[in-house]
Amino acid sequence: MPVEIDIAKVASLARIALSDEELRRYGEQLGAILEHAERVQQLPTEGIPPTSHPVPMTNAFRDDVVTGSLPAEDALAGAPEAEDGYFRVPPVLGDS
Amino acid sequence: MTDYEAVIGIETHVELMTDSKMFCGCPVDFGEAPNTTTCPVCLGLPGAMPVPNAEAMEGILKIGTALDCEVAEISYFHRKNYFYPDLPKNYQISQYDVPICHDGSIAIDVGGEPTRIGITRVHMEEDTGKSIHMGGGGRIHDAEYSLLDFNRSGVPLVEIVTEPDIRSAEQARAYGAELQRIVRTLGVSDARLEEGSMRFDANISVRPADDPVLGTRAEIKNVNSLRSLQRAVAFEIDRQIELIESGGTVVQETRHWNEETGKTTSMRSKEESEDYRYFQEPDLVPIEVSAEWRDAVMAALPELPAARRSRYQGLGVDARVAGVLVEADELGALFEEAMAAGGDPRLIGNWLSGEAVAWSRAENTAVGASPLSAQHLVDLAAMVADSTLSASAAKQVLGGVLGGEGSPAEVAEARDLVQISDSGVIEAAVDEVLVAHPDAVEGIRGGDMKPIGFLVGQVMRSTGGKADPKQVQQLIRDKTAG
Amino acid sequence: MSDPADLTIKAAGDAMRAGELTSLDLTEAALERARITESHLHAFLTLDQAGAKEAAAAADAALAAGEDAGPLHGIPIALKDNMCTKGIETTASSQILSGWIPPYNATVVDRLSAAGAVVVGKTNLDEFAMGSSTENSAYGTTRNPWDTDTVPGGSSGGSAAAVAAGSALGAFGSDTGGSIRQPASLCGVVGMKPTYGLVSRYGLIAFASSLDQIGPFARSVEDAAVLLEAVAGFDIHDATSIRGDVPNIRGSLSEGVAGLKVGIVTELSTTGIDPEVREAVVQTVNELSDAGAEVVDVSLPSCEYGLSAYYLIAPAECSANLARFDGVRYGLRAAGSTTEEMMAATRAEGFGPEVIRRILLGTYALSAGYYDAFYGQAQRVRTLIRREFAAAYEDVDVLVAPTSPTTAFPIGERTADPIAMYYADVCTIPMNLTGDPGISVPVGLDSKGLPIGFQVMAPALGEERLFQVAKAVEDIAGFTARAALATSEVVQP
Repeated sequence: MPVEIDIAKVASLARIALSDEELRRYGEQLGAILEHAERVQQLPTEGIPPTSHPVPMTNAFRDDVVTGSLPAEDALAGAPEAEDGYFRVPPVLGDS
Repeated sequence: MTDYEAVIGIETHVELMTDSKMFCGCPVDFGEAPNTTTCPVCLGLPGAMPVPNAEAMEGILKIGTALDCEVAEISYFHRKNYFYPDLPKNYQISQYDVPICHDGSIAIDVGGEPTRIGITRVHMEEDTGKSIHMGGGGRIHDAEYSLLDFNRSGVPLVEIVTEPDIRSAEQARAYGAELQRIVRTLGVSDARLEEGSMRFDANISVRPADDPVLGTRAEIKNVNSLRSLQRAVAFEIDRQIELIESGGTVVQETRHWNEETGKTTSMRSKEESEDYRYFQEPDLVPIEVSAEWRDAVMAALPELPAARRSRYQGLGVDARVAGVLVEADELGALFEEAMAAGGDPRLIGNWLSGEAVAWSRAENTAVGASPLSAQHLVDLAAMVADSTLSASAAKQVLGGVLGGEGSPAEVAEARDLVQISDSGVIEAAVDEVLVAHPDAVEGIRGGDMKPIGFLVGQVMRSTGGKADPKQVQQLIRDKTAG
Repeated sequence: MSDPADLTIKAAGDAMRAGELTSLDLTEAALERARITESHLHAFLTLDQAGAKEAAAAADAALAAGEDAGPLHGIPIALKDNMCTKGIETTASSQILSGWIPPYNATVVDRLSAAGAVVVGKTNLDEFAMGSSTENSAYGTTRNPWDTDTVPGGSSGGSAAAVAAGSALGAFGSDTGGSIRQPASLCGVVGMKPTYGLVSRYGLIAFASSLDQIGPFARSVEDAAVLLEAVAGFDIHDATSIRGDVPNIRGSLSEGVAGLKVGIVTELSTTGIDPEVREAVVQTVNELSDAGAEVVDVSLPSCEYGLSAYYLIAPAECSANLARFDGVRYGLRAAGSTTEEMMAATRAEGFGPEVIRRILLGTYALSAGYYDAFYGQAQRVRTLIRREFAAAYEDVDVLVAPTSPTTAFPIGERTADPIAMYYADVCTIPMNLTGDPGISVPVGLDSKGLPIGFQVMAPALGEERLFQVAKAVEDIAGFTARAALATSEVVQP
């Protein structure tokens, strides 16, 4: 069974503006892919810890040393819009 | 009318003052031109990767240990996913189900009622950049556009979350103040509320006093002083009680504290509930805190405010005075130095928290900027101990020293405050007063002891305060007896 | 002497040191090959002719002055366009990064520069490395130099095609689910995915951070080893990079397989594998046995769940990794009256369908209420697969299997069917889930004249043994065929 998903909500979480037609298409495709992916649920995994990282390591830290920053013009070089050394964006709707 | 109980929890963000940022080698440096302390990592450029700052990890362990927390042997970084333009990667590296420190507490004391505020968790994360909303009076909702500065992006940020153990606005403030003192004592942050290096969010709900069920909570943001923390919490408690009393219901929302109006107002609520899709940060490996590391942090902790207050009280200093000394760095430092030089704790503590603070307020000058030294305080206390100065004369001398008139001996001399040590002179003054007040003498002889104080006062006045009041009292008792 | 563009790195290096060849000649030969073949192949997104010639001239001058940076000195190589190159456009084949010029180099780029290598250009890939055919590039499909009607594999199809065609003597790609090994197999070259953490990922535009690993393409196993040596080792900028000594990579290269125990993975070698591919693998295994290896069948039943687990883990990580492409700081920006609208429009316009599909899939797999059933479960399955492989290596020295279930498939054949496309990685994905190294070595041609790759797998940091067996496979197979486009008749009309 293809998996039913609230594709509009997923697209909104992923912040991608899609038309109704695109939502329908992606919804179908995702449903089919998830039907395959759901196979992982067939394996019993009780008591099995998850693997987030393939090579077991801990405490990969760096010393607290300042190694420098980009010149502001490099930082802003790729900016679609900049003003007075700032990145400029359209008005922000929500609050963080 | 129903009695209500407020239930308050506080989330605090503290920026650590490391040399470099949390995950990159950019400096932690405020007040620079916009976007000049940024690099591929803290700008979220494609391909850039975070590497945690060891000193920041040390810093959070200090905080957690100071808050009496359990330290997780293994903890993890997670990605907290949400889109916001000041968040370069559109996820924040934070911690989720296993924070590095958890289950601690802070002791506070409001109105002589000691309370422990539980600490749920202390976790490591990174700060965001800053947005400036342009046009429309700078308010976000009316802005024409926004400007972004990523200098603050990636500054190490420690989040400290309390249990909902706080019950009043006063306790909220006391908690905030104590946490600030602890963080400053540890030297990991300047913890300045006005500058945002320490920030409070308060979750507040109210419920009938006998109701075990929690009410709906509102989260208050934009509190940038201890005073506004107290005011905002007080306002919000009242608002919720009034709302319920008038038949309304509290909605779960984020509210904005407005310092000018003294009110909280609802912020635009989000269209859908947050779904941060936390998952373990695959660019980082787990944090492992060995027993050795934990013990080393513990051993290197400086004396914390609570321990210091209790030590001062052990020296005979009043609780209130001890609080003042621990609160103000310069007073505490003078006090410590004076103690090291063998000064009298009680007298010197009282002078510092009383006269010195009053002088500082009146003159609008820091005590540290005055000529007063620890040695002055020690000398002054010695002059009281050997009866060279009366207690009240000593306070006058202290004023003179603070004002730059010289050493205690010089001021006492110049102001003619040295106690009369010649007992003949004092006896003559006593006799004079007894003669002038026969009714009082008569009363004492008839068994009414109250006039003794009055007569002592008269003698002190006639000697310009330079007589030893104990000696005077003894003489009056002797001369009126029999 | 034959065209220098067809030399191995080893041979070119020997010729340079013997004074028979300059880096400039070699580089110009590679660039000339690219000039002739690119209209057929489209392996490159950027060819840096001026920069390459300058670097080659500098390499020649250095060598003349007695400064020899090692085996890559003066060798023209290509880089997949998802590795940041300072001052050179880097797009990851996405519209959303069109025109983006990185202000910094990936660690591998700096290391290659220190090793004296000459970068000729940036190669095409499936957008953000998501794909198995290089058809998902926003800048056009790369074609297979063996048959330009077929795909070169992917996602590092450009790097594989460039090396197969002779436009570079070696190349680097990234491998998240097979994106080096599978195109190497389809293009008849050697492609290798190192142990996770052996090569720094700093400056590699991330697809799935816990799976991505940079590795080499070459025309010989030894060349691949040389390329890997130049970039392997701890990097302070990558917190997942392995501290400590780099494993000896070439130490046992010529020691053959006598006395080694080789396990053929049943689950990766039977069901769904093209009969001709299967036959070539079996034949190679038999020859390994003849050469003195002990060959056994190994069953790793959890492998069958690898593809499913991968298509939850990789999209989940990519959904966060690609969140930064929002039109705020770099790259494409679409119009929008608010920042929120601008971001959503930018991402809709800037990402291609496969990228959007995977972002949506990953967003869903991580979202509240589904995390445990999908992402969490996939990570536990990942543990099972790791344990199975670790147990297998208790008994055998290396594992072997086909690299790809099929040889190169026709362009357009699978574009409408994402799941069919995903199956192209079924044999390579387990290594990304375990973090272990794997290598694809060409062993023959199918009846259509398309190359077949043989995969060798080893435990983490088992590179020395991996290359030893790969070299033996190379010697046994004696694969000397060259891609049609790389033969002199075609390239010199």
